[in-house]
Amino acid sequence: MSLDPATVRRIARLARIGIDESDLPALQRELNGILGWIEQLNEVDIDGVEPMVGTGHAALRMREDVVTDGGARDAVLSNAPDAAGPYYTVPKVVE
Amino acid sequence: MMLTELTIAAAQGGLRRREFSAEELVGAHVAAIDRLNGRLNAFITVTSEQALDAARRADAILAGGEDAPALTGIPLGIKDLFCTDGVRTTAASRMLEEFVPPYESTVTANLLADGAVFVGKTNLDEFAMGSANITSAFGSVENPWKRAGDDQTVLVPGGSSGGSAAAVAARLAMGATGTDTGGSIRQPASYCGIAGIKPTYGRCSRWGTIAFASSLDQAGPMARTVEDCAILLQSMAGFDVRDSTSVDVAVPDYRAACGRSLKGMKVGIPAEYRVAGMPAEIEAAWEQGIAWLRDAGCEIVEVSLPYTKYGLATYYIVAPAECSSNLARYDGVRFGRRVPGESLDELYEATRREGFGAEVRRRILMGTYVLSAGYYDAYYLRAQKVRNLIRKDFENAFRTVDVLLTPTAPSPAFAQGEKMDDPVQMYLNDVFTVPASMAGVPAMSVPAGLSQSGLPLGLQVIGRSFDEESVFAAASALERAASFTHRPAVRAEVV
Repeated sequence: MSLDPATVRRIARLARIGIDESDLPALQRELNGILGWIEQLNEVDIDGVEPMVGTGHAALRMREDVVTDGGARDAVLSNAPDAAGPYYTVPKVVE
Repeated sequence: MMLTELTIAAAQGGLRRREFSAEELVGAHVAAIDRLNGRLNAFITVTSEQALDAARRADAILAGGEDAPALTGIPLGIKDLFCTDGVRTTAASRMLEEFVPPYESTVTANLLADGAVFVGKTNLDEFAMGSANITSAFGSVENPWKRAGDDQTVLVPGGSSGGSAAAVAARLAMGATGTDTGGSIRQPASYCGIAGIKPTYGRCSRWGTIAFASSLDQAGPMARTVEDCAILLQSMAGFDVRDSTSVDVAVPDYRAACGRSLKGMKVGIPAEYRVAGMPAEIEAAWEQGIAWLRDAGCEIVEVSLPYTKYGLATYYIVAPAECSSNLARYDGVRFGRRVPGESLDELYEATRREGFGAEVRRRILMGTYVLSAGYYDAYYLRAQKVRNLIRKDFENAFRTVDVLLTPTAPSPAFAQGEKMDDPVQMYLNDVFTVPASMAGVPAMSVPAGLSQSGLPLGLQVIGRSFDEESVFAAASALERAASFTHRPAVRAEVV
């Protein structure tokens, strides 16, 4: 499998990473190099093998549905790019 | 007495006997940082004033008697991937250049509760993605070691925890935290001639550690001796309700495990790690390690881990996939860098182009591709299945042996500028460390000797899940046999 420039552009669009046309040849070469190398996994017989999602040592836990944290308005706002008083404001994200 | 030469174990005693004060101990390290960090670039942020204040508080506690917590007054470096309350935490990325967390990661909170003093935030590859510490937005780190007879060539410290490794090797800190996703503690430890352990996945909480690949990321200590690593892991480890992958098992006495007898321990030598083209000096160090463990009373057993050779390719699907998902949060909207745009998409795209470096962008793109419609089964699902086969390799081996012994890395530290044109060549540095990460089992690098060029070489001990004790036991036996007393050319006491 080899990526063409249109596919590289499409992936970048999906990832919301801006790329210049001048970046394309190098990116295409590097990604194809990595993809060509990982093709070796195609020779592994995976019939009947379960996918490994995690290491499986931690069981999912239940807890009481109670507030365990809070009252940290100023801490939460400390990294807000443009807080307005006690409000967290962001650029318009619903168009 | 050269305070920067002490081990953590020795400093604990010296502080309690009042042979020196915490202020003197921390001050010696702060002075070394002042003098050498401009060159080594091991720290992104130095917190000298806070450290000296904390040292004076430590002295007050030590003066109070016997109850001082274990790490009281011990100066440590903290990889700049751990959120530290009120201290800038960058992940070595322009994206988080100004980010000051309003909370403390669980691992660093544990160390602080035990009295540790943080001298600064150590440099790393951007978002922990790299094997040479050359992708940091804050500049590359210089390895304090030099090739014999060549004091000009700048060598890489390994990565991604390269700043931590360089700081500990150069005696700018007594120990440091690292994180390891595919070798990021063990490979830089090997390149810088120090010890470092990636504990079992789930042993240290990931809460408050900036995520790269969540099913692989694991924090661990780096220090100049195996025992010092044991002392630090004792403090860092433990169950945490705030990390759903944290495992609720008791943390044993790691320090006690360091002196344990190896009589009857079975040590596996995996045939598949004898890769084609392995340098003779790596092979020789490995053979020497085998002989040392045999002399210590171990039984040496040849074992086979047939899926080893697929480890790296599997890793470079799974890790980028998780990275592309984790790093989606850096969108310029809520925190971190923002580059304005005409539309929302333009804002996203401009922010992520400017905020991320080339390697991070490349991995996000790879991850996006292998997770995208039509390719998910062919790449990501297949990789998860191969990962399971790799884990089963380890499970099978650990039915007959207690630990595995391998080299840590296929070469000693290389020069800045080498291996940098082709991402795949750079990825091959992690060939021996990635399989244990895939399986989630604990693994430690310990310095074993010097290469012909005078650079440190590490050996790796891999253990069963949650059996860090056997890893510490075998690693300390190797350490004793190697009696590695070599020190890097650039270090605190060399003026």
